[in-house]
Amino acid sequence: MPLIRARDLALGYGRAPVLEHVDLTIEPGEIVTIVGPNGSGKSTLVRGLVGVIEPAAGVIERAPGLRIGYVPQKLALVETMPMTVARFLSIPRRRSAAEIDRVCAKVGASGLGSRQVLDLSGGQLQRVMLARALLSAPQLLLLDEPTQGLDQPGAASFYRLLAELRLETGAAVLLVSHDLHVVMSASDRVICLNGHICCQGTPEVVSAAPEYRALFGPGTGGALALYRHDHDHDRDHDHGHDHDHGHTRGDAPVPARARAPDSPPDLPPDSPTVRDGVN
Amino acid sequence: MDAFLIMAAFSGVGLSLATGPLGAFVVWRRMAYFGDAVAHAAILGVALSLGFSISILGGTLAVGLGVGVLASGLTERRHSMDAALGVLAHAGLALGLVALSFLRGVRVDLDAYLFGDILTIGPSRFAMIWGGALGVLALLVWRWSALVTATVSKEIAVSVGINPRHEQRVLTIALALVVAISLKVVGALLIGALLVIPAAAARSWSATPEAMAARASAIGALSCVLGVALSLATDAPTGPSIVTVAAAIFVLSLLVGQKRR
Repeated sequence: MPLIRARDLALGYGRAPVLEHVDLTIEPGEIVTIVGPNGSGKSTLVRGLVGVIEPAAGVIERAPGLRIGYVPQKLALVETMPMTVARFLSIPRRRSAAEIDRVCAKVGASGLGSRQVLDLSGGQLQRVMLARALLSAPQLLLLDEPTQGLDQPGAASFYRLLAELRLETGAAVLLVSHDLHVVMSASDRVICLNGHICCQGTPEVVSAAPEYRALFGPGTGGALALYRHDHDHDRDHDHGHDHDHGHTRGDAPVPARARAPDSPPDLPPDSPTVRDGVN
Repeated sequence: MDAFLIMAAFSGVGLSLATGPLGAFVVWRRMAYFGDAVAHAAILGVALSLGFSISILGGTLAVGLGVGVLASGLTERRHSMDAALGVLAHAGLALGLVALSFLRGVRVDLDAYLFGDILTIGPSRFAMIWGGALGVLALLVWRWSALVTATVSKEIAVSVGINPRHEQRVLTIALALVVAISLKVVGALLIGALLVIPAAAARSWSATPEAMAARASAIGALSCVLGVALSLATDAPTGPSIVTVAAAIFVLSLLVGQKRR
């Protein structure tokens, strides 16, 4: 019995769907990573699975009584709301001090309990949000870019943490990530997304798939280049309308976020293909 | 001190039990305009109540709920509906004033509805204010955890099975109730102030949502007591006196409160 299953799912905010024809199954205990360029629908998919956005088409089946631990991409806490870390961890249910201490120690957020959530660094906030999600003893953890703002060692240790948690609790993990280097070694299964599921499978299968290489380049060592793929891969698109998932520019290599740490952080100012904040 | 002064001050204290936590949500969820829309519509409620000879409490409650549902619908559809809520708030007030002027043969003390008339509160209204305020407080305490969760993150709320729309309805009902019972205390124009100012003042001194809600109640109660005293001493209207005291406490909180970012 899978934890969650999506069939022919379409999701979007306005008229044009961001994602279409998504078939997806998460089994207990597996670590699944979603990769894809900006605007490819990664966050939309996670939000759809959580139930924040209603499917435009298709169905999502959840195992009865499924406990989801969700870590959103951002926490838009308003400045006017005071909130200590300890109080935040009692959302939605009150937790004892012992429970809070235990979970903070587990995710490496000990000693933060009395700090204000608004004062945390990006990495601390990610750990605290993970701790909150863990307190409900979830069967499925949904993490939307939990390693953003972490450097590569930080991201790698975050993945080790997830692997430990999976061993300890048996929870399945579905996460969105940009860290292609670590993703490939730490996941059981990788889903490559770009408006639809381009390819999926074990990391070895996906990294060898032409669809993946078209999106992320061959990825041999060093910096990975993110190419806009200018070909239509061999998949039948029998839906009639014209959905553009970035086939416009073929030749401009755009650096992905996962790069060698010493490479300059800025994207070339003349790269209109990079769209941020869409997901 | 006269009994009616004590009654006036303590009706404000009772009301503050509800306006503290509710005002905190108004501040956190940026519902100030929303609150004004519901409060201003109370004047329309008064006009309709007098026109159809029904109880003013029932009329203001019904109109408040109606406008609250309308405003919820507007804010749900798009994230920022500032302009539409502003139109709703002012249109409700203007429409109410026009409707009141059409009522022939009915003498209305308009000032009392606009600015409150706390000194005329008798025992039955006193009981109604306390009863209503305790009712709203009980509603908020009952839904507290879900309300805070939905306010912190709509997404986290959905992921744990809380329906944010349902919690928004709880707040709408609480707001309509508070407006109906507080109309005689501070008046339609100043209810928004009694919600927002004590909560904003409490922010600087609070580390958790619960502390902020409790302190907002305490600051609201203090404002009512001191405001009645100020009004007595200076012969100024009571509602505005209460709000003036609350505003002074807010300024004080900015100066001495250790602001936590």
